Amino acid sequence: MDAPAPLALRLSNLSKTFGGQKALDQVALDVAQGEVHGLLGQNGSGKSTLIKVLAGFHPPDAGSLLQVCGVDVPLPLAAGAFRLHRMSFVHQHLGLIPGLTALENLLINRLARRHAWAINWRAEHRKAIRQFESYGVPIDPGALVSDLPPVERALLAIVRAAGELSAGDGAGNGLLILDEPTPFLPKRDVEQLFRLVRSIVATGASAIFVSHDVDEVMEITDRATILRDGRVAAKLDSKTATKRDFVQAIVGRQLLATTPPRLAEAQAPSHIVIQGLCGGSIVDLSLAAGRSEVIGLTGLIGSGYDEVCYLLYGAKRATQGQLAIGKRHVALPAISPKLAIEQGIVLIPGDRATAGVIDVLPVSDNVTMPVLGSRFRPWMLDRRAMVRRAGSLGETFEVRPANPTLPMSALSGGNQQKVVLAKWFQQKPVMILLDEPTQGVDIGARQNVFSHIAKAALEGATVLCASSDYEQLAAICSRVLIFSGGRVVASLAGAEISKDAIAERCLFSAAPVTAEGNMADVA
Amino acid sequence: MLPDIAVTASTGPARGPSLLIKRTEQFGLIVVWLLLVAVFGALRPDTFLTWANLSTILGSQAVLVVVTLGLIIPLTANDFDLSIAFVMTLSSMTVAVLNVNYGVGIGWAIAAALVLGLVIGLINGLLITTFRIHSLIVTLGTGTFIHGFTLWMSDSMTISGVSPILMNGVIVDRLFGIPLEFYYTIGLAALIFYLLDYTALGRRILFVGRGREVARLSGINTNRIRISCLVVSSFFGALAGVLYAGTQGAADPVSGVSYQLPAFAAAFLGSTSIVPGRFNPWGSTVAVYFLVTGITGLVFLGFSSFIQEMFYGGALVVAVTLSQLVRGRQEQQF
Repeated sequence: MDAPAPLALRLSNLSKTFGGQKALDQVALDVAQGEVHGLLGQNGSGKSTLIKVLAGFHPPDAGSLLQVCGVDVPLPLAAGAFRLHRMSFVHQHLGLIPGLTALENLLINRLARRHAWAINWRAEHRKAIRQFESYGVPIDPGALVSDLPPVERALLAIVRAAGELSAGDGAGNGLLILDEPTPFLPKRDVEQLFRLVRSIVATGASAIFVSHDVDEVMEITDRATILRDGRVAAKLDSKTATKRDFVQAIVGRQLLATTPPRLAEAQAPSHIVIQGLCGGSIVDLSLAAGRSEVIGLTGLIGSGYDEVCYLLYGAKRATQGQLAIGKRHVALPAISPKLAIEQGIVLIPGDRATAGVIDVLPVSDNVTMPVLGSRFRPWMLDRRAMVRRAGSLGETFEVRPANPTLPMSALSGGNQQKVVLAKWFQQKPVMILLDEPTQGVDIGARQNVFSHIAKAALEGATVLCASSDYEQLAAICSRVLIFSGGRVVASLAGAEISKDAIAERCLFSAAPVTAEGNMADVA
Repeated sequence: MLPDIAVTASTGPARGPSLLIKRTEQFGLIVVWLLLVAVFGALRPDTFLTWANLSTILGSQAVLVVVTLGLIIPLTANDFDLSIAFVMTLSSMTVAVLNVNYGVGIGWAIAAALVLGLVIGLINGLLITTFRIHSLIVTLGTGTFIHGFTLWMSDSMTISGVSPILMNGVIVDRLFGIPLEFYYTIGLAALIFYLLDYTALGRRILFVGRGREVARLSGINTNRIRISCLVVSSFFGALAGVLYAGTQGAADPVSGVSYQLPAFAAAFLGSTSIVPGRFNPWGSTVAVYFLVTGITGLVFLGFSSFIQEMFYGGALVVAVTLSQLVRGRQEQQF
C-alpha cells in the first residue's frame, strides 16, 4: 500500500498481558492524517489499556509496533514521551485546576516544564485571546475555570491540547487523543465541542475520539475501530455504517429483531413508590417496587443512574419528589441520612475509601457505628460486647481475617465490603441502595456479596443497585432500568435480562434527542 | 486522588514481637518521664527531688493540663481550637475584673467566665460549620480578637487581689501535700476518658474526626458534633482561666500566649502514648508533666528561661513526628 500521505498513527500487532490475561491481543489501529477516528468498546474491552500504552503508562508486550507519520517509534514509550511525537491527550477529567484562570491553565504544562522568569502576562493574555478566537471559542482568559460552564472547560482543555500539538518537534501534524470528554456535557453543548474538534482537524492534525456513545461517534468520526475483549471486533466507516452495525460490533452478537416490550407495571404489590424525583441530573423519576425486588439502575456514564441512590438517601439533595414506604410518606428534598436510616433505608456507597469505611479504625467500630445508640447503652458502652457483636456479624458475613479488632485497612477490598454490608444489613433494612457494590471486590468475595444481597432481599427488603457492570446486574436483578440524560429510557425484566441485552439497550438508548426518536431507529 | 486502600499482605498480627512494640509505645513516655526524674534527681538531689518541688510541679501545671484536655476533644473530631488559650486569659480576666474592680461575688464572677467560654465556643462552632471555614482559620481569628478584647478590658494591666476563697479552693488547700487543683484535673481527665471511650457520643466524635463522610452517611449529625466539641473545648479554656486566677490570685492579660504551644505539644505528644494513635486524656496528662519536668529540671541545672521556648517548640515537632509514625504516616488532614 503506497499511500501518498503516511498515516498519522499506525499501531500493529499491539498486545498487552496483565498477569496471564490478554488485555490487548494483536490490535491494529490506523489513523490517517486529517481524520477523526473513533475508538469504541465496552468497559474492559481494552480501550483504556490502548490509550495508556500511547501515553507511556503501560509498556506493551514485545512485538508490538508503532509508527507515527511513517516513522518507526520504538516501544515502550517513556512516560510523557508522547509529546515528542506530537500527541496530546484530553482525559475525561480534563486536567484543569479549577481555582486558576483559563490563561494560567493554558500555560500549566509550559510553566511546569520550563523555567520562566518575568512572564509577560499581557502578551500571554493577548496570545490566548487570539488562540481562542482562531478556534471560535468564546472563553475569557482571565476567567476562573471554576466559573466556566462545563462545556467551556472541555473546550479549554482541548484548545490547550491542540496548542501542545504544535509545540512538539516530531513528524506530522499531530494527533489529539480525546478520551471520553463528553459524558458529563449536556447534549446541546456537545455540538460546540465537535465544531472545535473539526476546526482542529482542518489544520491537518488527526484525532482519536474515545467514547461509549454510538451517536456521537457516528457524528464526529470518519472511521472507527471497535474493540471487544482485547481484539479488534470491527473497523467501520462512520458515514456508511448504521447504528445497528456499531452496537452489534460492540456487544458482539446478533441483535434482537425488535425492541423488547415495555414492562407490565406492578406485577407485585408495590411497597416502595418513588414519585417525581428530581435532583442532580435526574429528571422526574418515578418508580414502584415490591418487597424482595432487586432493581438494577444503569446507563452510560453521565446518564445519571448513579445519582439515584444518593438522592433517595439524602446524601445529595433532591429538588423534588416523594417517597412512600408502605404507608409512610417522605418528601425527598427533606430527607437526610439520619431520617433515611430511621425509615429503614440504607446506602452502600460506591466510594468505599472515603464514604464507606474509616480505614484507620477497627472493624468493630465500623460495624457498630449505626447501632451504637440503639443496641448498646449509649452512656456506658460495653466495648467487649461491641467486639463480640462485630465478631458474630463477621462470622455471618464471612469476613476474613476473623478478628474484629484489626483496623479496616488490614482487610482486602472484598472483606471491607462484607463489613460494610454487615454494618447496614444488621438492622434488617426495608430499602437497600447499592452503588457499584462489587467495585474493587475480588472474584471470590463477589459471589459472597451477591448472596448477602439476595438474602436481604428474600427477607423482604427492596434493593436498588446502581452499576455499570452489566454482568453483575444480569446476575442479581429482577428488573433493570436504563437511564439516559437523567431519565429512564428502557426497562428490562425477567428473562429479557442478560449482559448483552443491557449493553445493547444502553448503547441504543444514549440518544442525542428524545428516547422515542431513538427507539424508532431500532425498530 | 483517593488514598489507596492498603491491602497489606499479611493480615494476621504476629503476636510476640508486636505486643512488645505495642507496650513500648503505650508506656514509653511514662518510662522516659521517670528516667528524666531520675536523671535530674541524681544531678540535683537536694533541690529537684524534694516533695515540695514535685508537689509544685504537680499543682502548678493544672492549668496547662486543663487547656490540653480541652484541646484534645476538637482534635479528636479533627478540628483545631487555637482560641482556647485566649479564652483562658479572658476568663481569668473576667473573674478578676468582676471580682476585684466591680466587687461581684466570686461565685458569680466564675459563673460569668464559664458562660463566656460556652458562648465563644458556640460562635466558633457555628462559624466553622455554617460557612465551612477551616477551624484553624476561624479560631485563629476569634482567638486574636479575644486577646485584643482582654487587653482592652484590663487596660493591659495585671489585676490582682482575687478573692482568697478561690485561692483556697485551688492552690492553698492541699491533700497529701498536693494542691487541690491537681485532683480537679485528674477528675476532668477521667471524665474525658469516660466520654471518649465509653459513650456513644465519644465514638461519634471519633467517627467524625476520622471519616467525616462515613459518619455523615451513617446518620451522624456531623455539624452538631463539631459544634459541641468546640463548645466543650472553649468551656475547658474558661475553666483553666478560673484555675489560673485561683493559682495566681491575679489575672495577667498576656498569660494565655505562653500556654498555647505547650498545650498543643502535650496533646500531640500524648497521642503517642497510652492509646497510641488517638488523642487521649491520660497520655496528654502524662505529656504535660513530662514537658514540665524537663523544663523544671533544665532550669535547676542553670539554664535560663529561654530553654522553655526551645523545649516546648522542639517537643511539638518531635511529638507530631512521633504521632505520624504511630499513625502509619498517613497524611494529616488539616
